[in-house]
Amino acid sequence: MRFFEYEAREIVKRAGIPVTDYGFTTDPAEARAIAERIGGPTVIKSQVLTGGRMKAGGVKFADTPAEAEAHARAILALEINGHMPRGVLVDPKAEVEQEYYAGVVWDGIRKQPVMIFSPVGGIDIEQVAAEQPDKVGRRHFSNILPFSEFQAKEVIASTGVTGSALNKLVPIVTRLAKLFTANDMILAEINPLGRLADGSFVALDAHMDIENEARGRHKPLLADLGVGDEETRQAREATPFELAGEEVDATDHRGVAGNVTEFDGNLGLVIGAGGGSLTLFDAVRAHGGHPANYCEIGGNPSVAKACGLAKLVLQKPGVDKIAVMMSIVSNTRVDIVARGVIKACLELGYDPAEKIAIFRIPGAWEEEGFKILEQYHVEYADRSVSLNEAARRAVEKIGADAS
Amino acid sequence: MSILIDSDTTFIVQGITGREAVNLTRECLDYGAGAKVVGGVTPGRLGRDVHGVPVFDTVAQAVAHHGAPIDGSVVTVPPAFTKDAVFEAIENGVKLIVIVTERIPRRDVAEMVELATLRGARIIGPNCLGIIVPDVIKMGGIGGPAKNAAQAYTPGPIGVISRSGGMTTEMSSTLSAAGLGQSTAVSIGGDAIIGSSYAELMGLFEADEQTQGIVIYTEPGGRMEAELARWVTDNNSRLPIVAFMAGRFMDEMPGMSFGHAGTIVEGKEDTASEKIARLAQAHITVAERIEDIPAIIGDKIAARQSAGANA
Amino acid sequence: MRKDGVFIAVDVDDAVVADSALAAKLVEVCPVDIYALAQGPPATLDIVEANLDECVLCRLCLDAAPPGTIKVLKLYDSESVLV
Ligand code: SF4
Repeated sequence: MRFFEYEAREIVKRAGIPVTDYGFTTDPAEARAIAERIGGPTVIKSQVLTGGRMKAGGVKFADTPAEAEAHARAILALEINGHMPRGVLVDPKAEVEQEYYAGVVWDGIRKQPVMIFSPVGGIDIEQVAAEQPDKVGRRHFSNILPFSEFQAKEVIASTGVTGSALNKLVPIVTRLAKLFTANDMILAEINPLGRLADGSFVALDAHMDIENEARGRHKPLLADLGVGDEETRQAREATPFELAGEEVDATDHRGVAGNVTEFDGNLGLVIGAGGGSLTLFDAVRAHGGHPANYCEIGGNPSVAKACGLAKLVLQKPGVDKIAVMMSIVSNTRVDIVARGVIKACLELGYDPAEKIAIFRIPGAWEEEGFKILEQYHVEYADRSVSLNEAARRAVEKIGADAS
Repeated sequence: MSILIDSDTTFIVQGITGREAVNLTRECLDYGAGAKVVGGVTPGRLGRDVHGVPVFDTVAQAVAHHGAPIDGSVVTVPPAFTKDAVFEAIENGVKLIVIVTERIPRRDVAEMVELATLRGARIIGPNCLGIIVPDVIKMGGIGGPAKNAAQAYTPGPIGVISRSGGMTTEMSSTLSAAGLGQSTAVSIGGDAIIGSSYAELMGLFEADEQTQGIVIYTEPGGRMEAELARWVTDNNSRLPIVAFMAGRFMDEMPGMSFGHAGTIVEGKEDTASEKIARLAQAHITVAERIEDIPAIIGDKIAARQSAGANA
Repeated sequence: MRKDGVFIAVDVDDAVVADSALAAKLVEVCPVDIYALAQGPPATLDIVEANLDECVLCRLCLDAAPPGTIKVLKLYDSESVLV
């Protein structure tokens, strides 16, 4: 889960890394008060979880508190890439001599965190790495041995930085590495890290992303920052249809029938499991089909849950038929899913044979499942029909490119 | 032969009294020659048994009871306790650990993997279904009940490595139907950081005489395919590889996660199209459809063999 | 007593319904809560209609009661009886 800049700066500050004397607000009048307290020119920055805010007019410079208020009012009303700002950050306009970059991310191949440092900051680090590779230092560090300052020193020195700058940067990069680990971050980045006229360093912007699976062990931090459990901060806000899908999945604790994502097609998908869903979604599209949704069934859900998911998809406006398809199941039971989807049709007053374009789930309890499908005259397929062929038949039934 | 496990492999199940673990134990005991499940561990349950397998409070007790080092462990404890359970297994001399548990934070996974590496142990998973050697042994829930596993998996020359547990079975079943059995199939897990990647298993398959070709299942997210491509080129691998890439639609949806935890397009290198290009450079064919895989890998193996015969 | 779902029906002999000890045992063994205790006293057996279609055909209830006293019927298979 990504943090807003004002939250990320707070995390940086708590770790003992110097930050500017900024303020966060959702109120233009308060922005003026913060600017007055700062005294001097300020920068007003939109707090949105999307890139390109500078270009979109989400960052403005103010010479006076009155100007800060006016900019804050404009920015608070400015939508950027479909996101309304959470608020604005009022920041002193620092006199920066040089901008640096410091970050920590995971290296999934080495399976260790890697520190990245560059004396060229303020721009995208990937761009620096491409254009001036000798200006980017990288160093992995152990997951189980204690972090030691020399590791930070080495990565900074490898980029040619020396003198008092080096000595002042070592504790900052050390603290960043430690906060990355301590907070289960998957990204911890200070960019730019500014060197001021007096030689001191200050974090001017920060990006932090905490691993979702680890949120449970950072409740105090999240509570302090005012981040609620329900806040997921996905790339796109969940739609009412997707929220209804979460409700279906929460009906009971048996298995999964969820991870519903909304699309705008006419073919409803009741599919699984993780890898099977990805494969099937691709296959439907490859045959010219228009999925109404993505979803995942797995872990042997109850009949009620499979029924709830199928009902949700069947009731989605524009959905004509559903295709019920999974890769070969060994834990989830064919008969249980068959009962669920047929029940969904019956309860909505539909003929299952009409509404279910195809049922392709081979595997555990398939003999029993196929009997049920035969009874209701639903077209089904066993493992001799590939996922791809099943998807093709489903699309054919609904009419490719019909919508 | 096979990789990682064979009919002599002994293992324990940590968290053996959980509902899924009870089923998994039954399945492993029933499959092939019957796995040597020499114990189970659930703290506080010493003295019980699960399908005849004795339950202990600690791994040390299980090892003492067995009277010899234990080769492996299947770990099925909840995410908050997994790291401790894996450390316990490693420190008690277990060399092969299959982690079934999902939703483990990657810092924990990274710590487990680093300790395993220090101790000469190997981790498969997390978030995986384990390992199967057709008709011989399975370690984990892979393939499901013995009867279902026997329907999908047959012995033969193909090594299967998959980020999706279910797709390991789907692909193996397709290979079996075409007369191409499997030497060993490994479900490696779908998380961003896992114990054994494709490249980290390739050396084992390379050294296994039974294995003549490799089939992998892959998804967007991460750099494991690039690592595989590099390994194949650097080691001048004798094994032809065919890959299947699911989730191509995700290229249009950066930042959204589908399927497994590791499946998210964050940068250009993570995209399906970029990965396909990299694999192609290393002469790894990316099949458009699963049903095309048997013919492609079959042809590639035949081509290698005739090239070898002519040389 | 017999109750029907869409796919599964359960038919229990009256003697079993009236036997509170057996009723309690059935409530315990069924993994999907198809059996419940009716308001007593004395406690008798009830069948939870809403859960009937969740039956996983595990036979645990058949094993818990005297042979032939409980029938689990597959309505999708000409009312064939689970044995
Ligand atoms: S067969 Fe199993 S699930 Fe069905 S009613 Fe009997 S105990 Fe319950």
